[in-house]
Amino acid sequence: MPRAKRAIPEINASSMADIAFLLLVFFLVTTTMDIDRGILVTLPPYTNEPPPDDVQANARNVLEILVNSKDQLLVENELTQISELKEITMKHVDNRGRLPEFSDSPNDAIVSLKNDKSTTYKRYIEVYNEIRAGYNELRNQYAMQTYGVDFKKLTDENMKAVRAEYPLKLSEADQTDFGAK
Amino acid sequence: MIRKKGGKETPAISTASLPDIVFMLLFFFMVVTVMRETEQKVEVTYPKATELTKLEKKSLVTHVYIGPPTKNYRKKFGTAPRVQLNDVIADIEDIRTFVQNERAKMPESQQRAMITSLKVDADTKMGIIYDVKQELRKADALKLNYSAVVRATDL
Repeated sequence: MPRAKRAIPEINASSMADIAFLLLVFFLVTTTMDIDRGILVTLPPYTNEPPPDDVQANARNVLEILVNSKDQLLVENELTQISELKEITMKHVDNRGRLPEFSDSPNDAIVSLKNDKSTTYKRYIEVYNEIRAGYNELRNQYAMQTYGVDFKKLTDENMKAVRAEYPLKLSEADQTDFGAK
Repeated sequence: MIRKKGGKETPAISTASLPDIVFMLLFFFMVVTVMRETEQKVEVTYPKATELTKLEKKSLVTHVYIGPPTKNYRKKFGTAPRVQLNDVIADIEDIRTFVQNERAKMPESQQRAMITSLKVDADTKMGIIYDVKQELRKADALKLNYSAVVRATDL
């Protein structure tokens, strides 16, 4: 053959690049869709000593929450519904000495949480969430009063100040083991 | 005047290979993302909560899955909730070394900021969670995240 036929591409390959880009962008987007969300906590450092007795703190300053194996709540020795927990927490923390059964000041207020080994994780998260929600609402109110902005939109410094005003002091005691396994 | 190459102009750069390059990139991303997401050998139904924060820096997060094993692994591991660390179903005693290894993989400056994300099935009993938390405290992994999904309704 005198001359090889010049192969002219019959299929226009430029659109394949577009399709490939689309697929690429799709994967880039979908992999970030599963955002990890959750409740952030900081655990206390490990010590060999047993957890400090809450008796040291004045009993009125401690909001005692017990959760049994049937996921029932006992707050200050009274059977409580989970929907009431946030308000009770807020009353306790923001009491400032008014009612005798609640705390002297937000700085003294301690929340003591005790589970049973057979309490469900679901209930534990609900309780923790309500305590957190109570503190967050108090912090939000304070932030609005003092700075006029939502707590989450504050500068780092101001956030620290609000957190110092309403410190979350949560004590988690060893678990009881009464429940059915 | 030099005569221009008239008529049939063969493209100087062949664009036919461009999609190949893009497909290479695509496969790279597909493979890389699969490497991060380990196969979940335990079934986790997340609990619902409202006070959630997003974990933005994925590089700081170490995942611990706790739940009943999936169908394929039920024969081997039973139906009671088990702890899965990265890709293997492990015991609670393994958590400390696991966390320390994961932390060692991070750059020095970020090690203190490591977050352990507990992805626990909602029906798990707290006994196992308490043991896991004690092990994490011993390993000095104090930043903890309880993975949950948004709850729309009130309690």
